[in-house]
Amino acid sequence: MTQEKEIVIRRLKTAKDLGKFMADYYYELDDAAKSGKKKVAWCTSVGPAEILRGMGFLTYFPETHSAMLGTTRMASDLIPKANAIGYSPDICSYLTADIGAFLEGVTPLSRAFPGIESVPKPDVLVYNTNQCRDVQDWFAWYADRFDVPLVGVETYRNVPEVTPAHITSIARQMENIVEPLEKVAGRKLDMDEFKNAVALSRECSDLWEKCLAAASAVPSPLTFFDGTTLMGPAVVGRGTRKAIDAYNLLLEELEERISQGIGAIENERYRLYWEGMPIWGRLSMHSKLFAGLNANVIASTYCSSWIFTALDPADPFESMARAYTELFIVRSDDYKEEYIKNKLEFFKCDGIIYHDAKTCPNNTNCRYGMPQRLEKRAGMPSLVINGDLNDLRMLSDEQTKTNVEAFIEQLEERK
Amino acid sequence: MSPPPAKNAEASPLFVGVDVGSSRTKVAILDAALNLIGYDVRKSGTDFSLTADACLKRALGMAGRKSEDVVHTISTGYGRKNVAFSRETRTEIGCHGKGCYHYFPRAVTIIDIGGQDNKIIKLDDGGRRLSFKMNRKCAAGTGAFLEEMSARLDIPLEDMDGLARKSNDMVKLGSFCTVFSATEVLENIRGGKKIEDIVKGLFYSVIKRVLEMDSMTENVVMTGGVVAHNPYLVQMTEEQIGRPVLIPPHPQLTGAVGAALYALEAVQAGAAEENN
Ligand code: SF4
Repeated sequence: MTQEKEIVIRRLKTAKDLGKFMADYYYELDDAAKSGKKKVAWCTSVGPAEILRGMGFLTYFPETHSAMLGTTRMASDLIPKANAIGYSPDICSYLTADIGAFLEGVTPLSRAFPGIESVPKPDVLVYNTNQCRDVQDWFAWYADRFDVPLVGVETYRNVPEVTPAHITSIARQMENIVEPLEKVAGRKLDMDEFKNAVALSRECSDLWEKCLAAASAVPSPLTFFDGTTLMGPAVVGRGTRKAIDAYNLLLEELEERISQGIGAIENERYRLYWEGMPIWGRLSMHSKLFAGLNANVIASTYCSSWIFTALDPADPFESMARAYTELFIVRSDDYKEEYIKNKLEFFKCDGIIYHDAKTCPNNTNCRYGMPQRLEKRAGMPSLVINGDLNDLRMLSDEQTKTNVEAFIEQLEERK
Repeated sequence: MSPPPAKNAEASPLFVGVDVGSSRTKVAILDAALNLIGYDVRKSGTDFSLTADACLKRALGMAGRKSEDVVHTISTGYGRKNVAFSRETRTEIGCHGKGCYHYFPRAVTIIDIGGQDNKIIKLDDGGRRLSFKMNRKCAAGTGAFLEEMSARLDIPLEDMDGLARKSNDMVKLGSFCTVFSATEVLENIRGGKKIEDIVKGLFYSVIKRVLEMDSMTENVVMTGGVVAHNPYLVQMTEEQIGRPVLIPPHPQLTGAVGAALYALEAVQAGAAEENN
C-alpha cells in the first residue's frame, strides 16, 4: 500500500441543486415561523409528514438539524450542555446535541443560511417511535419548553412480519392524531391535499430508490458519503413536488455517468456496504480514506431508510401505517439479515462495514452477532468501526484508519 | 528467483521492517535467506522519524552492515507514515500476520498485546487473513493498563512478572475499566491483600479482556512487547485455554519481521514484473 497518491472523488453537479432545495426549505420555514403565515410542525424523520401536509403545516425535522450539528462538528461541544441537565452521554447524540444547541442559543442554520437566527418555533410536535423512543423524549422536552402540544404514534418494534393487526393499530393511531392537529392548524384535514401528499411522497421515494440503485453499476456513480447529503430532500421534502424535481435532475446525472462509465471515485477496486449511521463529523475524512484505498462505499441501509414503497393515495392511512412500519429499523434481526444479504448481492459488494454508534443502538446492528452470521451465510468479510453519529469524543481516527486499511489489505488478499 | 542485488554490489541485499508502535519502535533486518540478522527496540518518544533512524542504525550495526545494503523498507504501526526512510506502509495487522505465519505456517489465531492496543488476527492455513479485531477505545487489557497499575502500586514494571509468579491466592478484579480497576486495587490494598496476589489479578484481567475479544482457534500464537516482557501472561493464557500457546522467537519484533518480509516480497514482485 503506497502513500501520497492523489485522491479523485467526482462531485455530482446536481448536488448544488439539492443544496438550493435545502436552502429554500429552511428560508420558507424561517419566514413562516417569523411571520406566523403558516403553522410549523416538528416531525421525526420517519414520522407521519403526509398528514401534516394535508393540513397545510410546514414541517421541520430536528434530526436533520442534528446531522448539521454533526457535520459542522458543533455537536461535541454542545452535547455536554444537555448532559449537564440530565440527558446522559450514552443516549442519542442527536437529542443531546440538539438540546445542547438550543440551550446555548446556537444553530448551524445561521452559518449556512444568512438571516436565519434560530430554528423555527414549533406550533406542534409530532413523532413516531418506529425508529426509537429517544425521539419521544426529545420532542417532549421541546413541547414543555415551547408549551405546545405533543402528539405521536407508538409503533411496534422488532417486527418480523408486518401483519394486518399492526397496520390497523398504527393506522388508527394516525387517524387519532388528526383531531389534535386540526386544533393547532385551525383547519380540517383536507383529504385531497393529504392524498396528494401521499402520492408525491411515493413518487419521491421511488425516485430516491432509483438514485440509490444507480450505485449497483460498476463503477458506481455514487458514494454513500454523497448519499448522506443528497438524501436531504427525501427526508424534509417528501410530499412536495419540488423534491421530485430535485431527484429527477439527480437521476439524470447518475444515469449519464453510468452510460459513460464514470465512477464517483477514480479507481473502484473494492465495493463496500455501510451498515449503520454515518459519522457526520467525518464524512469528508472517511470519503477520502476509502477513495485513497481504491474502495468505494457504494450503498447503505441508512440512506435507504427513506424509501416508502407501500404509500398509496387510494388508501392513505393504511398505506402510511404499512410504509412506516415496514422500515428496516422497525424489523426483527432475521428480517434485517435477509435485507442486508440481498443488498450485498444487488450492489455486488466485496465487504461490509458496520458502524457501532455508541449512542444509537437503534441504527447499530453489529451487537448481537449479525456480522458473524452474515459472514457465514453470505461469505461477506466485515469490519466493525467504533464511533458515533455526532459525538466525536467516542471515536479514534487513528484506529479507524488502521482498521479500514487493514480491512482493505484483507480484501486485496482475496482478489 | 533471487532478489536483485543491493546498491552495494558486494553485499547481499537487506530488507528492513520498521514497526513504530505507540510505545516502542522496533526495527528488523532480514537477509535474502530470511535470517533475522539485526534488530533494535526503543521507546518511540515524540519524534518517530528520529527514533526509527536510531533504531535502524543500531540494527545495522548489529548486522555489521551499511544502509546502502538496504534494498527496500516497509514501515508499519501507529507511526508508519512518519518514517522518513520508508516509502511504503502496511498495517500492523497485516505485518503481525505475516510475521507469525513465517514462524508458524499453519492456521492460527494471533493475540498481540501491545502498548496501547490489542489485536486478535485469524489466519487460514495458507496465511491469508480471515478476520481481525482491534481493541476498542479503552486501555484495559493493554500494556498501558499494566504501566498505569505499576505506577499506582509503585512497583517497577519489570518486577511485575516475578511478583505475579509468587502469588498463591490471586485477587479477582471484576471491573472492565482501568479507572474502576484502580479503585478495586486500592480497596484490596486497604483490605490487606498481598501485592503479588494483586499483581496476578492484574495479569489475569489483561488475559480476560483479550480472550473476550474473539473466539480462539486450535493454534494460538501470542506476540507483542507485553508478552515479551511478561512471559507469565503466556503461562496464564495456556491455563485458561487449556493448551500450549506458540511464541515466536522475538515476540516484540513480529510486526517488524512481517514488514521486512513484505519488503522482500515487494522487491521480488517488482523483479518478477521486470522479467516478464
Ligand atoms: S434512531 Fe438513533 S440517532 Fe435517530 S433519533 Fe433515535 S436514537 Fe437518535
